[in-house]
Parts: sequence; structure tokens; C-alpha cells
Amino acid sequence: MEWLDNWGLSLAAFLPMAGVVLLLFVPGSMDGVAKAVGLLFTGAALLVGVAVGLRFDYGSAGAIQLEVNERWIPQIDARYHVGIDGIALPLFELSLLVSFLCIVYLMWHVPSPGKTKALIALTLLLETGMTGTFIALDLILFFIFWEVVLVPMYFMIGIWGGPRREYAAVKFFLYTLFGSIFMLLGFLALYFQGNTFDMIALREQGNLGSTLVQNLTFAGLFLGFAIKVPMWPFHTWLPDAHTEAPTIGSVLLAAVMLKMGTYGFIRIAYPILPDAAVYFAPGIGILAVIAIIYGALCCFAQSDLKRLIAFSSVGHMGFVMLGIATVSDRGINGAIFGMVAHGLITGMLFFLAGSIHERFHTREIAELGGVLQQMPRFGSVLVYAGIASLGLPGLAGFWGEMLALLGSYQPGAGLDEGLFRILMVGGGIGTVLTAGYLLWTIQRVAMGTVPEKFADGHGLFDVQPLEWSAWAPLLVLILAAGIYPRMVLGVTDGAVQTLLKSFGG
Amino acid sequence: MEFAQGALMSPVDWHAIAPELVLTAFACLVLVVDLFLAERAKWLAMPLSAIGILATGAATLSLVGSERTTLAGSYEIDAFALLLKGLFCVIGFIVLAISFDYFRSGIRYQGEYYFLLLCSLLGGLVMSSARDLVTIFIAIELISVPGFIMTGLRKGDPKSNEASLKFFLFGVLSTAVMLYGMSLIYGLSGGATRLDQIREAIDGSGNEPLVMLSVFFVVVGFAFKISAVPFHFWAPDTYEGAPSPVAAFLSTASKIGGFVGLLVLMFKAFPEVADIWRPVFAVLATLTMTVGNLIALRQRHIIRLLAYSGIAQSGYILVALALIDPSSPGVSRQALESALVYIAIYGVMDLGAFAAVVAYARRGGTYFIDDYAGLWQRSPVLATLLTGFLLSLAGAPPMAGAWAKLFVFLAAINAQVYWLAVVMGVNAVIAAWYYLAVVKRMFFEAPELEGPVEVPYLLRAVMGVAALALLVVFVYPPVITELAERSVL
Repeated sequence: MEWLDNWGLSLAAFLPMAGVVLLLFVPGSMDGVAKAVGLLFTGAALLVGVAVGLRFDYGSAGAIQLEVNERWIPQIDARYHVGIDGIALPLFELSLLVSFLCIVYLMWHVPSPGKTKALIALTLLLETGMTGTFIALDLILFFIFWEVVLVPMYFMIGIWGGPRREYAAVKFFLYTLFGSIFMLLGFLALYFQGNTFDMIALREQGNLGSTLVQNLTFAGLFLGFAIKVPMWPFHTWLPDAHTEAPTIGSVLLAAVMLKMGTYGFIRIAYPILPDAAVYFAPGIGILAVIAIIYGALCCFAQSDLKRLIAFSSVGHMGFVMLGIATVSDRGINGAIFGMVAHGLITGMLFFLAGSIHERFHTREIAELGGVLQQMPRFGSVLVYAGIASLGLPGLAGFWGEMLALLGSYQPGAGLDEGLFRILMVGGGIGTVLTAGYLLWTIQRVAMGTVPEKFADGHGLFDVQPLEWSAWAPLLVLILAAGIYPRMVLGVTDGAVQTLLKSFGG
Repeated sequence: MEFAQGALMSPVDWHAIAPELVLTAFACLVLVVDLFLAERAKWLAMPLSAIGILATGAATLSLVGSERTTLAGSYEIDAFALLLKGLFCVIGFIVLAISFDYFRSGIRYQGEYYFLLLCSLLGGLVMSSARDLVTIFIAIELISVPGFIMTGLRKGDPKSNEASLKFFLFGVLSTAVMLYGMSLIYGLSGGATRLDQIREAIDGSGNEPLVMLSVFFVVVGFAFKISAVPFHFWAPDTYEGAPSPVAAFLSTASKIGGFVGLLVLMFKAFPEVADIWRPVFAVLATLTMTVGNLIALRQRHIIRLLAYSGIAQSGYILVALALIDPSSPGVSRQALESALVYIAIYGVMDLGAFAAVVAYARRGGTYFIDDYAGLWQRSPVLATLLTGFLLSLAGAPPMAGAWAKLFVFLAAINAQVYWLAVVMGVNAVIAAWYYLAVVKRMFFEAPELEGPVEVPYLLRAVMGVAALALLVVFVYPPVITELAERSVL
């Protein structure tokens, strides 16, 4: 198993890339072959991921494991340094799983205008960028993986997207590019204070420059990560990108890519610049609560089902950021749990929105209704995912929100308790609003009577076998994480304790 | 006269100048063979030239690892010179591939064209090794003069004539300015032409204002050659009017030749007075990047777009020159390294874009960006390749262009010239907009022109290899950075 210890992570990250190279030699007309290649390589990457998960030593989840640190670009001191700990592992597995399920979903349906091969190639490229981001331990390597995601998603939105795809694609691209330049500036500032791009070495050094320098550096990183999350008020690219993207694009965006931003806070900004993190934490917390309430209120105003789910992401990521802002054991554990749960649940919801569009050819909530009557299984899945999203205890959505709120009752690192308790109340109001709009949506779409337009039931087939195979893992994991939260928390806790050591706790 | 005698009397190291000799021989051969070829067989000049460039490349490779000087110290073979000679060979080869289809089916004068191309390339090779003012001057003229003629090869087209005349007048003007500066330096340094002698003579000569003036003239002369703002006006018109393969050559080989001359002069002759010219380059770089990018936003003709993009790209390389600081060798070293990396990557990615553009225009398309709509559906290969090159020019992963920008950016931060780094960053976002606009047309819009686009196999292969090289450098940049590291002057 030595190869797994050394190269397992890299293999999982680069297998999809190998698939892209292979796809270059597949003629564009051979859709079947392209699908097989996609399935094979994402499947193989997932298997390697499972092997990595089995190999991982859960007893010392706080330490970096399966580490590789090789010479890469000596001229700028960048090294090929990858490894994984309890914080990264769940996200690493999530991105491998979701990418695989997206390819499975493509078996069932390829969005217009077809071009299956290109779509699969882009998905594979995205997978490499996403998984790479979660294992990189060198800032330059992290930056490169982070940027690799940009171009494929741009094309995915621009070619297979909805009516306003061009606008959404360009907005997504320029917005994120803008953020990543500030992030890069932050990385460089870290380099010139600490003389290394190595995240672990930087964390161990501590004390990187004067307070002002640390705060400015943190601000640069904040801008880059906050745009990716996206935090209010940097969220405006998200509703457009999510709504216009094809189904698998929305799924990948929601389930994995948004987590890159929050992960950046936990992996880079917090451990390396703890003092600045504490300085900014109240501000982050306030923005997070604004996002929770704003996201929920916007959801009430949406008429498009997909756009509604997009805005719900703003709110859910608000909970994650609130958890991070508390700088507490519970809050950060809850944040990571929230990332995984949001990945599973919102990924599922976007799959459902896509499948609804395929059946009804509309996503307007007002035109839909009575799904449970016509397609009982489909309707049940919809209700299940919706209820999971509103945070019902027993399903995955609950723990992340609860821990974030608990964390803000008792924030760590000497943060102002009064402020965070007010934030907790704000977040609590947010959960009520979230429950409100989700139940209202379920009521309008799943319950009620079937509109006349669809009364004949033409083309309204219940869940298809291929849909089941893409969705079943998500549905099972949502329940499993809900009734056995230790599944995630047991992995993350050790790493969170290591992180909190940077804060003297 | 002392110089002339010295140069003539000293023994010549023939091996050291073997690449230049081989290329000269092949240039003459092409010209002579062309006379005896029937009109239908004139295209044979291209394979012959290709063999010539390969042979030149082989001669260059045979020198790898050696450090020698010849012609009384005015000609130097070192890693720097060899890297650039190699690059010129690669560029020459790609330009030949771009030219083949264009000249075979369109214009006459194939033999003459390939002869001129090889001559201009020879100028580049000489420039890489030139270490005295006279040789540098000869090299820059050798690069430029064939360019004037090549630009006007489409004799029947008034635009080509205009382009040629404009290029000629600007070229001659810049030469005059440069020569005036050089003559002042010659006088100031007491009759020295070798760069190391000039360096010694200028250092502490106490003639600061005059040194400043002469260096300024030289820089302005070169600024024309590399089309830096505000000396760029000729470039877009010339590129548009010239046969497009010639535009490709001008925007890469010719421009890189100018940069090599600048780098050699600034590092070898004027490092002691860097305080004088560093701000000049900072201003030039800022203007060149910003103006180039802003005007590029408005272009509708793809060659003009590439011309302005090329101007902006020059700006990024100029940033490296604005960082040189003799008092901290580490900073200067990194600046030069980043400039070399940028030049090498730029040469390949820019030619790749030109290759795709020429292929499209010849086979069922036009030069208007509007007509790129839906190219992806007409020719997925061409659209994908062009996208790769444009993304590389924009500095977006997964192409090598990302590293080119990042290295200059790092060098600027390392030199603590933060404001230039910020200017670069902002410009990178502006530039992304117009490169993406073309990509957007090709992929997101429905085609307006009909029919498939058949790209000749030679071009397909060359573009494929270029794109692959850019990908490889992206994944493993030491391929080029280590070369650059070893090739610092």
C-alpha cells in the first residue's frame, strides 16, 4: 500500500485529467465511448478516493497524512506539496463522489446542444481542479488548482446554459478572476513575510509581520475566498451562474465549488493569520447573518425554482461562515459539517430542478403543482430533499446549522459574546424563514392539484433507473449524516482541535 | 580604427558562428534554387527553408554547454544566446508552417519571401550573440529591412503598400534616433563599441545628463521596434496590411529581436546608470499595457486585435526591465529570468493564435471577429486550439501563459515595485475581457457562415504541438524556468 500513501491523492486528482487526454482521441460523434471514458475515469478516481478513506488514520485526523512533498518549481520556491487531514478529507471525498454522480446523470440526459464529449471533458477537468484544491498544501499549487476550475465552468455555463448564459458565464469568470487576483496578492504577502509558500510551514512560523500587514493580507485572502463562497455582498454572480448553468454545472458549483472558498478560510486564512482572523471575525459573522436573512428573504421572492435554490445557497453558506466566524470548536466543526451537508442536499436539489425542467419544460413555480400525485416517487424525493434543506433534525441539514448557532452562543478566542449572541438570534430567525420558504415551495410544487396544462401526464414519467443511480448515494448519505453525525464530526474534530491551537486554545 | 583592425585581425571561431553560417548558406540557396524552379514547383522553397532552419537548430544545439567569444569580443556564445537562437529557430519553423498554405495558393514571390524570412531570422540569431554597438545595429537592421519588403509583398493591395511604407518610415525614423543615441555613447565612452568597455567608460564618467540623453535615444529607437506605447502607431496598420504570416513574424521574431537588443544593452552596457532608465521603462510598461489593452477592447478585426494584444504583451515584458536594480543582483536576476520566460512563452502562444487565424481566414472564414461566431460547430479542432492560445495570452490556466504573467508579477513584488504589480493585475482582468469575447463568439453563438473549415495537416500538427507545449509548461514549468535560470546574462 505504499504507493497509496505516496501517490494516492495525486492519482485521484489526476486520473480525471488523464481521462481528458484520452478523450482528445475519441471522435466527437462517438458519444457512447465518451460516456464510457467519463464513467471509467471518475469511477476509478472515486475508488482511489475510497481507498484513501480506508487508509486514512482516523485516530490522528489532526495531522497531515498521505503527504507528498516534491520539488516542483525551485525558481519561485513552489513545491508539489499535497496531503490530507480531517478537514480536507470529507470535501475531497465529496468532490470525487459528486463528479462521478454527475457523469452518471449525464448517462440519462445530456443537455442541449449535446456535444457529450466536450461536456464530459470539462467535467473531468473540473474534477481535477476541485480535488486538487482540497489536497494542495502549497499556496502556488493551491492557486493553480483553484484557477483550473474557472475555465471549464465558464464553458459549461456558456455552452450548455440557459437563455442568459453568456451574461452569466462572463460575470462568473470576471468576478472570480477579480477575487483570485487579490487572493494571489495575499499569498505573495504571506510569502514575503514567511519566505515560503508552504501552508504548514507558514502556520508553524506564526507572527507574520506587523498587525497592519497581517490584517491587510487577511483582507486580500478574504476578498478572494468571500467571492467564491459567496458571502453577501459578493454573491451577485451566484444566482445568475447557478440559474443559467446546466444541471450538472449547478450541482458541481453548489456541491463542491462554493466549498473551495470556505475551505480556504479554514485551511489558509485562519491557521496562518489567527490574530487577523480574530480581528475580522465579528465582521465576518455580521456579513454571514445578513446573508442568512437576505438569502431567505430573496427566496420568498423567487418564481424560478432553480433561482430559489441558488438563493437558498447564499443562506446556507451564511451558516457555514457564521460557524467559521465563531472561531470555536463547535462552530468550525459545524461549518465543515454544513459544507458537506449543503453539498449533498443542494446538489440533490439541483438534480431535481434539472429533472423537473426535463419533464415539464419549465421551472416556474407558479406553473407547477401536484407533482406528488402524478409522480409519487419523484415528489417524495423532492419533499425529502426540501425538508433536509430546511434543517429537520435527523437529516444532514440540521447539524451544521445547530452547531453554528451553538458556536455563536459561546464564541472562542475571546470574541465578544454579546455580539455573537445577537448574531445567534439573527441566525435563528433565519432558520425559521428558511423553513418557511422551503415548506411554501414544497407546498406549491409537490402538493396541490395538477395544473390543467399537465393534466394529460404526457412525458411525466416517474424517477428513471439512471436517475435513481445518480441520486441514491446522495439520498442515503443525507440520512446517514443526519442520524449519525459522528460520521463527519469524528473525522473533522481532530483537525479542528489542531487548527484551534493556532488561536491558543 | 583600432576596433576595426582588432576585429579583422583576430582569428574567427567558425564553430561559434556556425548557426549563422548555415542559415546564410540556406538563405542564398533558397534564392538561387528558386530561379530554376518552374512556377508550379516554387513551393519547394518552403521545405528547403525548413531544412535550413532545422540545420541551424542543429548547429545551435552543437554549441550547447560552451561559452565562447569571437570577433574580438563583439560576438558571444553563452546560454543566453543559445536559448534565444533556439527560440528564433522554433519561431522561424512555425512561421514557415503558417506561410506555406498562404503563399502557395495566394501570392507569387514564394522564393523571395522565404529568402527574406531567413534573412530576417538571421538578424535575430546575430542579435542573440551581439555584444557591441555595431553588431547590435547590424542585427536590428537585418531583422527590420527584410520585414519592410515582406510587408509589401501583396503588391496589388493598397493596404499592403500603405503598411509597408508606414513600417518603412517608422522603422527608418527609429533607426535614426537609435543611431544618434549610439553615436553619442560612442563619443562619451571615448570610442568604445564593445558593451563591456562602454560599461566601464560610462561608470563614473560624470557626464550624467549626456548619458541620460543618449540612453534615452537608444531606448526610444528600440521602443519603436517592440511597438511600445507611444511608439506603437505603425503596428496595427502594418500587421493588418501585411500578408498575415508576415504579421505573425513581425509580432514575434521581430519584436523579440528588439527585446533581446534592449536586454543585452541594459544589462551589459548600462547597468550602472539603471537609476536613470528604470523609471523610463516603468512609464513605458504602464502605458504599453494599459493603452494596448484598452484599444484592443474595441477591435473588430482579429489581426488588429492581435496587434493590440501584442502591444499589451510587450508591456508585461517591459515591466521586467523596469525592475532591474544593479545594487541587488537577486532582484535583477529574477527580473531577467521572468522576461526570458515571458518572451519564450509569448513567442509560441502568439504564433499559435496567428496560425489559427490564418488557417481560418484561408479556409472558409474572414478576419472579422463577428465571423468567428459558432466556429466551434464548424471546426471543433480549430476553435479549441485557438481558444487554448487565447487563454494562454490572457494568462488563464491551464496554459503556460499563466506562468509567464505570474513570474513577472512575482518579480515585481520581489523588487517591491508594488504599484507595477497592481497595474499588471488590473490589466490582466481587462485583457481577459477581449480574449474571452472571441472565445465567446466561437463557442456560445450560432454560426453565420456555413461549411466546415478544413485546416491543412501541417498547420494542424504545428498548432497541436504548440498547444501541447504550452500545456506541458503549465503543468511542469521548470521545463522553461530552468533554461531561463541558466541563461541569465
